[in-house]
Amino acid sequence: MSPLPTPEDFKAQIEAGVPGSVVTVIPNGSPSAQHSLLVDNDHARAVALFLRDHPDLRLDYCSLVTGVDWLDSETTEKVKVKKLVDGPDGSQQETEVEETRKTKRPGYLEAVYHLFSMDKKHGPVILRLRAANRTDQTNIPSLTPVWRSAEFQEREAFDLYGIVFDGHPDLRRILMWDGFVDFPMRKDYVPPADDPLAEVHP
Amino acid sequence: MLGEGIIQGLFETARNFFGSYVEKDRLTTVQYPEERHQLPEASRNFPFLLYDGPDPDAGLRCVSCQICEKECPPRCIHIEKSKDKKPDFVGKQQFYPAVFNIDVSVCMSCQICVEVCPFDAIRMDKVFELSTSDRFGGLLWDKHELSKSNEYYRQIHPMEAAECDERRAKELAEAQAKAAAAAAKAAQAAPTSPAAAPAATNGSGNGASAPAKSGAAHSAPETKVAQ
Amino acid sequence: MSGTLAELESIAGPGEIMEVSMGPHHPSTHGVFRMDVRLEGEKVVRLKPVFGYLHRNHEKIAEHGAYLSAIPYTDRLDYLCSMTNNWGYVLAVEKLAGIAVPERAEYIRVIAAELTRFQNHAGLVGFLLQDMGASGTPLMYAFREREKILDLFESLSGARMMCNYMRFGGLRVDCTTGWLDEVRQLTARLPRFVDEFENLLRGNEILMARTQGTGVLSHELAINAGVTGPMLRASGVNYDIRKVDKYGIYDRFDFRVPLGDHGDVYDRYMMRILEMRETLKILEQALRGIPEGPIIDPKVRLRGLRPKAGEAYGRIESPKGELGFFLISDGSTNPYRYRVRPPSMINLTILEDMCLGQNVADVVITLGSVDIVLGEVDR
Repeated sequence: MSPLPTPEDFKAQIEAGVPGSVVTVIPNGSPSAQHSLLVDNDHARAVALFLRDHPDLRLDYCSLVTGVDWLDSETTEKVKVKKLVDGPDGSQQETEVEETRKTKRPGYLEAVYHLFSMDKKHGPVILRLRAANRTDQTNIPSLTPVWRSAEFQEREAFDLYGIVFDGHPDLRRILMWDGFVDFPMRKDYVPPADDPLAEVHP
Repeated sequence: MLGEGIIQGLFETARNFFGSYVEKDRLTTVQYPEERHQLPEASRNFPFLLYDGPDPDAGLRCVSCQICEKECPPRCIHIEKSKDKKPDFVGKQQFYPAVFNIDVSVCMSCQICVEVCPFDAIRMDKVFELSTSDRFGGLLWDKHELSKSNEYYRQIHPMEAAECDERRAKELAEAQAKAAAAAAKAAQAAPTSPAAAPAATNGSGNGASAPAKSGAAHSAPETKVAQ
Repeated sequence: MSGTLAELESIAGPGEIMEVSMGPHHPSTHGVFRMDVRLEGEKVVRLKPVFGYLHRNHEKIAEHGAYLSAIPYTDRLDYLCSMTNNWGYVLAVEKLAGIAVPERAEYIRVIAAELTRFQNHAGLVGFLLQDMGASGTPLMYAFREREKILDLFESLSGARMMCNYMRFGGLRVDCTTGWLDEVRQLTARLPRFVDEFENLLRGNEILMARTQGTGVLSHELAINAGVTGPMLRASGVNYDIRKVDKYGIYDRFDFRVPLGDHGDVYDRYMMRILEMRETLKILEQALRGIPEGPIIDPKVRLRGLRPKAGEAYGRIESPKGELGFFLISDGSTNPYRYRVRPPSMINLTILEDMCLGQNVADVVITLGSVDIVLGEVDR
C-alpha cells in the first residue's frame, strides 16, 4: 500500500495537472479523518480523468457514489461589536455591544465519490461535486464515462435525490417506478398519507 | 477420458446415498410435529413481559419508563403510563404500564428492547407456533397476553434467568440494608415514635406497601408516543 | 449501448427482434428481479436489468432511527449473510466515533464472518448448479452444511439468519467454550464436504462445456465497473479487502487469495470453492488463537451514541464483494446520512456486457454466477 499525498498536496497536484480547476479541501472532524476534495463542476470530469490516469495515483476504482441533501441552514453566532452610544450626558461613548449575527446558507445537493486504487491498493480519495441548489439547478456532470461503476449509483442518486447527472448514458429511475414524482431520500420529503410507514416513522 | 467427470460425480452421489443410512451427521431430517429439535438457550422469537410471584398485575416488573418503546427499531411497542403507582420488588413506588401492546406482526425479533431495559422486565420468548386466523387483532398482544412468570423464564433461559435472579437478589439485599439503617437512624432520632421501617419483601413484589420514597431515581424520560 | 427496437430491427430485419421479460417471478432470478431482454433468435442483443421490487428505503429508515437501531435492519440487506452486514456497519460507526474493539471480540467476529462466507459460497454454488440443471443434489448438499452453520449462529446469537449480533465496540453476548468446541468440530469436518462438493461436478464434461467461455468479463472492464469480490478475482484482479485494508485482525492470519484466469462462469464457480478452502484455513487459525477477555468496550454508549460531526466510510470484504457503509454525523443521535454500498447491485452493472451475444440459457447461469441477493440490490 503506497501512501497517498495529504489533502493539501492533492489540491496543489490537481490544480497543477488540470489548469483552471478549483479544488477546495473539506476537512472531516471525526476520528476517521477522511478529508474530502470539493471539485468545481466545470472541470470535474477532467479532474476525474486526471486522478484515474495519473501514474502515481491510478485511482481506477470508484467504489461508492452517493447523494447528500443539505437543507437551508441558519447559523447564529454572537459577535462583540464596538459601537458609538449616546451617553447620559449627551456625549458619544464607544462601548462594546453584543450582536447576534445570522448567516444563512442556502441548501444544495451534493454527490460524493469514494475512489480507491486496485493497482496501487490505496484509498480512499473522496471527491465532492455540488449542485447550485436543491430546486431548479440540480445538475452535476456525470462521472460514468470515467468509471462505469458510477452508472447504477448515479441513477440511484437521481432517483432518490433528484440530482441530474449531465452526460449519463441512461439516466432513469432505478429503484422507484417510472411514474413516481418525488425524491424520497430528500430531508423534506413528505410521504403520501396512505404510506404504511408514515404511522411508524412520523 | 470423456465421461470421467460424470462418473466421478455419480460416485459421490452414490456414496452420499448409501452413507446417509450409516453416518450420523448425514441423517438430518427431523419428522417435525412429532419430533422436535431442542432449541438452544439463546434462541429468541418474540418479547414477553416478566412478573414475579403469582399475580401478573401486582408483580409486573415493567415500570413504564418507555425506553423500549423509543428504542424499538420498527416501533412495534405502545405503552401508556399509569396515573397511580405501585411498589416494585424492593418496595419503591413505581409507575406501571396501564397499556402495554406489542404488535408482533411488526416486531422483527431483534432483542433491542431486552438490551435496553434497565429493569429486567422484558425478555425474549421461544414459542414459534403462533399462527392465527385474525391477522390484526390476533397479532396485537396486550399486557395480559404478554405477561409470563419468572418460573417460565427460568425454564426457557435457565442460565440467563439464574444470572438475573442473582443480580436482583443482591439489589434487594442492598435495599433492605439501606432501609434497616434508615429505620435504626429514625429510631435513634425519635425513640418515642414507632419506627416506620419498610417491611422486607421476599422478592415476589406484592409484599411491602410501606411508605417509601417516590420512584424519582427511575423517573421516565420524556418520550413521544409514536402514533 | 442504446439498442432501441428500431435500431436493432434495422440490422436484424423487421420482425426479427423478440422482446422477452425474464422475471420478476422466475426461478433463475433469485428473487424478484427482471431482465428486459431483446433477442434475435436465441441470441441476446440487449439486456437491461430492472429491479426495485423489494425497495423499502432502508437508508431512510436508518436515518430516522438511532445508531443502534440500524443494526437489525442491516441483517435484512443481504439476508444470507447477516453477520458480515453487521460487521460492515459497526466498522463504519467505530471509524466515525473512534471506538476500539477488544481482541476477543475481533476473533469472534472473524469466526462468525468466515462461517458466513462459507455458507454463502456453498449456497451460491448450489444455486448456480441448480440453474444449470443439476436439479437438487448440489443444493441439498450445500444446504445440509449450511444448516449446521445456522444452528451454530442460533446458539450464539439467538437467531439463525437475522443475527443482530455485533455492536459498536464489540459484540452483544460472549460465546461459550462449548460453542467454540462445536465450531472446531464442524471446521474439522468441513474440508471433507468441500472435497465432496468439488468432486461432484468439477470435472463434469457437460458443466465444463456449458460454463467455460460463457459470460466472460475482462479484468479492465471489471475494475472500471467496480466489480468486487469473487467475481473480480475470477477475472484475475488481486484485490481482497481483507488483504488490502487488513480491517479487524485479518493481518494475523495466513491465507491466500485465489485468482481466476478467464473470468468466465467456470472461473467464478471454482473461485467460490477455492475461497471456501481458504475460509477454513482462517477459521482454524482463529479458533487456535482466540484469547480470553472482554467482548465489548464497557465505556461505549450503545444507546444514545452521539458521534462528533463528521463522516466515515467503512468497508469489509463480504462474501459478495465490497460491502461499505458511508455515514455522515451531524452530532445528533441519528446519522444524517446513511448509505450502503451494495456489492450485489454494483456487480450487476456489467450484466449486459457479459450476456450480449450469448444464448438465453447462458443469461441464466451468468446471472447465477454474479451472486445477487435482492434484499441488498433493492434495499
